[in-house]
Amino acid sequence: MAVFISRRLIFLVFVMFGVSFIIFGLQMTFSPERRAMVFVTTPQQAKDIPVLIKKYGFDQPFYKQYFTWLKEVTSGHLGYSLVASDSVWRAFWRYFPITLELNIFSSPCIILFGIWLGTKAGQKANTFTDHFTRIFSIVGWSLPTFLFSLVMLMIFYGYFRLFPPSVLGDELTLLVYGNTGEFVRYTGMFTVDGILNGRLDVTFEALKHLVMPVLTQMVVICAILMRVMRSGMLEEMGKDYVITARAKGVDKKTTILKHARRNALIPVITVAGQLVAALMEGSIAVEIIFNRKGLGWWLAESAMQLDMPVLMSLCLFIAIVFVLANLTVDIIYAYVDPRIRLS
Amino acid sequence: MLENHPRLKELRYTLFRIFRNPSAIIGVILLLFFISVAVFAPYIAPPKYPNRPYMMPRAGYTITPKPPDEKNIFGTTEGQYDIFYGVVWGTRTAFRVGLSVIISAVIIGVFLGTVAGYFGGKVDEIIMRCVDVVFAIPFLVLAMAIVVSLGRGLDVIIIAIAAVAWRTYPRVIRSAILSVREQDFVQAAKSMGVSDFRIMIRHIIPNSIYPVMVIAFMEAGSVVLTAAFMSFLGLGAPKGYADWGQMVALARNYIVGPPDDPLKFWYCIIVPGGAIVLFVLAWSLIGDALRDAFDPKIRRK
Repeated sequence: MAVFISRRLIFLVFVMFGVSFIIFGLQMTFSPERRAMVFVTTPQQAKDIPVLIKKYGFDQPFYKQYFTWLKEVTSGHLGYSLVASDSVWRAFWRYFPITLELNIFSSPCIILFGIWLGTKAGQKANTFTDHFTRIFSIVGWSLPTFLFSLVMLMIFYGYFRLFPPSVLGDELTLLVYGNTGEFVRYTGMFTVDGILNGRLDVTFEALKHLVMPVLTQMVVICAILMRVMRSGMLEEMGKDYVITARAKGVDKKTTILKHARRNALIPVITVAGQLVAALMEGSIAVEIIFNRKGLGWWLAESAMQLDMPVLMSLCLFIAIVFVLANLTVDIIYAYVDPRIRLS
Repeated sequence: MLENHPRLKELRYTLFRIFRNPSAIIGVILLLFFISVAVFAPYIAPPKYPNRPYMMPRAGYTITPKPPDEKNIFGTTEGQYDIFYGVVWGTRTAFRVGLSVIISAVIIGVFLGTVAGYFGGKVDEIIMRCVDVVFAIPFLVLAMAIVVSLGRGLDVIIIAIAAVAWRTYPRVIRSAILSVREQDFVQAAKSMGVSDFRIMIRHIIPNSIYPVMVIAFMEAGSVVLTAAFMSFLGLGAPKGYADWGQMVALARNYIVGPPDDPLKFWYCIIVPGGAIVLFVLAWSLIGDALRDAFDPKIRRK
């Protein structure tokens, strides 16, 4: 097991090196002036760009620039964001909790619902539930998140006046962001901060604003999980041990829940990485449409306004999260299924 | 002789399997519908400016959308762009994006995967590690970063998505090749002195291409989704270009109507949005049926 993990860790270093190379290569398509912006942290510094070009050697050969850039990035100098009008590093911590909160709420819903529906569908092929799940998963795969969010907004906000967009209502936004000391933002996630500050109305309001984004993420992303769970269940249900269990008189429910489902869950772990990617990609559309200023919103806004430092830092951050998620998946998978580790 | 060629027999059986599946029939009908709309676009919606047929004609310059009437049968969206015209010509845009991305991605991916799988060793290691690196960044994020660094536009979107989308195929075809490579007919061809190139083209690729086809169909839809989202953000074609993603973007300010009639502007989002969903659905349904037809586990049950 130790050998397996250390091999994966070496691989991780290699991948991160490659990723940083791609990102740096993309950056090189810009003129030295634009790239000097990466090292500008305050609006005043913007006029020193010619000095910065000299200082950081943007006229030097590719490999030298690459190592300068790498050194700056690893020491946390990520540049200045025009969209956030703040340094990328500080702005990151402002936007991150919003995205984290959304995905903390949506991922359990996705996992539980996906597994539940997949189990139901995979118990027996060609039943009504099975067909329903298949159609649901194909339609989910074909639904653009941005379009679905818009339609949700149209129906639940426009028609039913139920769940408003953005993170909080106007009054509470003033309270939360005002510097009166009445409300301390411990985590930046308002559902948690509301409880910590003893303001349950904030928590409730934040939850109300979360319903639609979470629902959108759930419908669109569930399909990935459901499909794997369904085929896993179908395969396990036909195996000898299930038939044996039934023959010796174990009731159907126990056979499905205790025997078949546990084995069918193993391949589900492999799509966890895909799930993380889908959550991040989904957050971009969901945050743009529901006007929640998180990382996804920041990324899209930066892409529209050509805010290169942000785009590159976020690309790097998302790649790190994604690679770590995949590493965790690999380790868990090797742990549950010894056949993988040994081969 | 040709009648009973084993490859043809298998193909006939595959087609039989595919068309027994109702979802495939729906998918094929949808796809044929979109193809005919794209082909006959100049007759269905005659262009107002014949030298620039992809620009949507405007029925005036007021901003607010207008509901369907005899002249604009699906109504007009923000800026009085005709929705019917946009949806019809947008079909061509969608095909252009989907097909050019998938074809180039499949060619690049299959080429690299075949080379990696057939030669093995160092070549294999280098190619597959590059694939791993490209896989480490989520699709949309990387594609967006490429679009931004190359500058905007529809062609840039196509290039950017193709530059990411190829990554799926090397893994798929490589694993298929690894199992084919050791089989007797390849060894026999080798011992007869057939060149590497010929073995790859004639013997290996035809026997390992099916999983690629399944994924290509599934991906063709999601590629169009990604492109539509980037157009929606304004990274795509110039304003007024017949593109579904952009038409959804134009409708964005009108999803919630006035308080007394909240669904007043439904047509400017439902029509182009429905077109996107149905288009993607067509590809996914066919892909799903192909998967069932080619899956060796259930193929001959």
